[in-house]
Amino acid sequence: MDSKVISLVVNGQHFEKEVETRHSLGDFLRNDLGLTGTHYGCEHGVCGACTVLVDGCSVRSCLMLAVQSDKTAVTTIEGLANEDGSLSELQLAFRECHSLQCGFCTPGMLTTLTELLRENMNPTEAEVRERINGNLCRCTGYQPIIDAALLAASRLLDKHRAAVTAPRS
Amino acid sequence: MDRLPINHLERPAYIGKRVHRSEDRALLMGQGQFVDDLKLPQVLFSALLRSPHGHARINTIDVTNARALKGVHAVYLYSDLPESARRRLPMSIPNPLIRHVMTQELLASSEVCYVGEPVAFVVAESRYVAEDACLLIDVDYDILGAAGDPLAALEKDASLAHTSAKDNLIAQLPLSYGDMDQAFAKATHCVEEKFWQNRGSAHPMEGRGYAAEYHAVTGQLTIWSSGQTPHLEKKTIVDMLAWDPERLRIIHNDVGGGFGPKAIFYPEQALVAIAAWQLQRPVKWIEDRREHFVSSSQERDQYWEMRLALDAQGKILGLKLVMTHDNGAYLQWGVILPYIGVTTTPGPYVVPAMDVTLRMVCTNKGPTSPVRGAGRPQAVFAMERMMDRAARMLGIDRAEMRRRNFVQPEQMPYAVGFIYRDGKPMIYDSGDYPKCQKMALEQINYAGFAARKAAARKEGRYIGIGMANFVEGTGLGPFEGATVRIQQNGRVGILTAVSSQGQGHKTTFAQICADQLGIPMEMIDVIVADTNAMSMGIGTFACRITVTAGNSVYLAAKAVRTKIERLAAFLLECKTEEVEVKDGITYVRGSPERCKTFSELARVAQGIPGFSFPEGVTNGLEDTQYFSPTQAAYCNGTAAVEIELDRDTGQMRFLKYVMVHDAGRIINPLIVDGQIQGGAAHGIGNATLEWMRYDDQGQPITTNFGEYLLPGAGDVPRLDMLHLESLSPLNPLGVKGVGEGGTIPAAAAIIAAIDDAIDDPNVFLKEAPMPPPRLFEIMRDAGIYERERQTRMAVVKAGLRT
Repeated sequence: MDSKVISLVVNGQHFEKEVETRHSLGDFLRNDLGLTGTHYGCEHGVCGACTVLVDGCSVRSCLMLAVQSDKTAVTTIEGLANEDGSLSELQLAFRECHSLQCGFCTPGMLTTLTELLRENMNPTEAEVRERINGNLCRCTGYQPIIDAALLAASRLLDKHRAAVTAPRS
Repeated sequence: MDRLPINHLERPAYIGKRVHRSEDRALLMGQGQFVDDLKLPQVLFSALLRSPHGHARINTIDVTNARALKGVHAVYLYSDLPESARRRLPMSIPNPLIRHVMTQELLASSEVCYVGEPVAFVVAESRYVAEDACLLIDVDYDILGAAGDPLAALEKDASLAHTSAKDNLIAQLPLSYGDMDQAFAKATHCVEEKFWQNRGSAHPMEGRGYAAEYHAVTGQLTIWSSGQTPHLEKKTIVDMLAWDPERLRIIHNDVGGGFGPKAIFYPEQALVAIAAWQLQRPVKWIEDRREHFVSSSQERDQYWEMRLALDAQGKILGLKLVMTHDNGAYLQWGVILPYIGVTTTPGPYVVPAMDVTLRMVCTNKGPTSPVRGAGRPQAVFAMERMMDRAARMLGIDRAEMRRRNFVQPEQMPYAVGFIYRDGKPMIYDSGDYPKCQKMALEQINYAGFAARKAAARKEGRYIGIGMANFVEGTGLGPFEGATVRIQQNGRVGILTAVSSQGQGHKTTFAQICADQLGIPMEMIDVIVADTNAMSMGIGTFACRITVTAGNSVYLAAKAVRTKIERLAAFLLECKTEEVEVKDGITYVRGSPERCKTFSELARVAQGIPGFSFPEGVTNGLEDTQYFSPTQAAYCNGTAAVEIELDRDTGQMRFLKYVMVHDAGRIINPLIVDGQIQGGAAHGIGNATLEWMRYDDQGQPITTNFGEYLLPGAGDVPRLDMLHLESLSPLNPLGVKGVGEGGTIPAAAAIIAAIDDAIDDPNVFLKEAPMPPPRLFEIMRDAGIYERERQTRMAVVKAGLRT
């Protein structure tokens, strides 16, 4: 089988690895790097459970080949918590709103919504709903996920406002 | 049953509170331990070659090239299996009325009976190589005639689904009570309808998966499974591998949703175990989505023929039902799925006489077994549509039609007349059905709907309202066990063998236990889904875990509480009644300095080597309980739905979705709300999108998420939820099940609302699902578009004349 050496940054850590050219990015993350937080739910690009951020953009890691991620920076669910290991605002909101039941689709929901909240600090419910319309969840009925995104957004916005309006010392 | 106090506090600290789940943190960090996430050293991967034909005879199989492929460790055919595994899977729930007991082989020996049936099993270094090897296997088939459509399969000279069977009728069950002849003789009105319904598969986001490891030193075989029934899996493995039960352990770590099909035992689990044992390497098999479509259980097609006898006021006198269930090629859970369906039909209504003929048909399609709702959504759809039909025929308001027929709260306990699926007479234990509907209709402002509809029509918009009531037998026996124990470090352990697929059992159990022991939940560690944790168990299905295991946790914790108090009283030299327990410390009331911690008590109860216990002390602060409910606890609910229909496209959107549910005592409202919202989403899929289709040769034609649509965030509205808490008198906690209630009335209420929005005397919707293209066809065939065209033409012509 053809293979190729790729060099990439995953969750802030640099890797250089040989990988078979036919292997998907998701399989590479899971099997070669041991980052099993990214899940495969359909392996044909519909369910979104395998969504990761490649250079900040959401990507279906079941449809992207590992070799295509050469010289990129990848973020997976393992890289979403704060640097001190505490849960991010979005992760905390997921817990508060009961936005996960089995937790299998959660990695894709979190990465997709992380991208949204970076793009749009104050999304409407309709915008959140539309953004996760490409991520399937069979447990929650989606509403708690939408509520969590809105809750996290409002808290992040408050923090941002507090930061920009704080008197300079 | 005498009602016990639910805890030792004035008010519960945890029961009834929106407690955040202890399960969440790991899952949010990407640290879940789903089967495919387990890092087993030296693990091998596997793949299956499956039948591409609905029905065929296997002539020869050539695996030479597959075995020769680099990286392949083994290729198994039927003849390669150990002798104990060369037989059909056991029937989990037998029934004497089954005429032709046909369960699967692990790998087909000579005849394949559905597309997806396992034929060969490949074990290799990677999943990629295993799939490569499958492509190198050459199977020579003789294609046989297939039984496709279940009604056609019952006809004379139909192709047989199995060459060994005489016909395709698996079972015909007659069920009846009351005087049906008199019911129809006395009837003023008679309503007849035929319904067709299709429910697809469950589609948990994680498919099935199994990993097995054989420990040569101990002879222990450990299997990790993405399942629902650890002990049933264990029992089947013991039989199929002729394995020592004391050296077999089944563990379900995180399971990515279940919804029914994972309760069934599948060949892949035994195959993985056999390979791990024979190759002495861990072996893993992970189902992909296409495999889930073709090889995991589904519910599929049912035909419901109903005949309802009514008096002049619209009161039900009797109901005749012929139900035909497309079973697929194999049986495992016997007649359970369609049986639950037909016995759910009377629901919350007084039906004095009922006569059922249930026909289960063998077809060359994937096997069926319960999916969330377990046949009840179809029953509720058929019955509620009949109520709507009768209301329309008699000119009675739909809500009033139902009100006239409700079982009244003062009739509880109410005997329906059937024997239920639990083997006990179907006796509703508690509930207030009229109140439930009333709450739902008030919440959706049913009284104001006619005005809303008229106003919408003026704007050229078509809106509709629908409602559906149901009663669901939950909390089925026989038992589920739990151990509660205080460890020497003062922490509290809860051990159960029940499996969780996202229901938050660990949190619920900890809430129940914490209240009994007067401790914070953080002091509790919960083990679930490990056959080594509890020697017996059944599994997670039928909304049964909080009723069975929840009450076991309650009773065990209560017993441990008593042990704690007795031991503390002995050591503190006071009366048992004087012992106070708080936050893991026992003390003498009024003298908090005279105290013993849980840790100190546990160490005393563990004993000192060789010394006898003084009188009054017994071994261990530990208790095990297996709560066995005497019968099902019946929950109920009402869905009321308002929708707007785009008549040109058949597309609809929700304006309001109300759900009132009564599951007895609520332990955690956060979790209960989550179950209802999620359950309704499943029902919305069943009502409007999900349609598992096969052609007449048994070829599945919806095998990916492009062809078979699951509801997305844009399809599911925010539910407006209300709860009643009619405590069940049948268990100490007063709980009932909640996992399926959201799903059960959904299709009935939604499709009734669509029907109401169409509002055409020529249209009565009699099928589910109702996706937009099908709805368009129905409206077209009813002449709606043609009449609209003529109306517009008339306007145009009138305009031309002036």
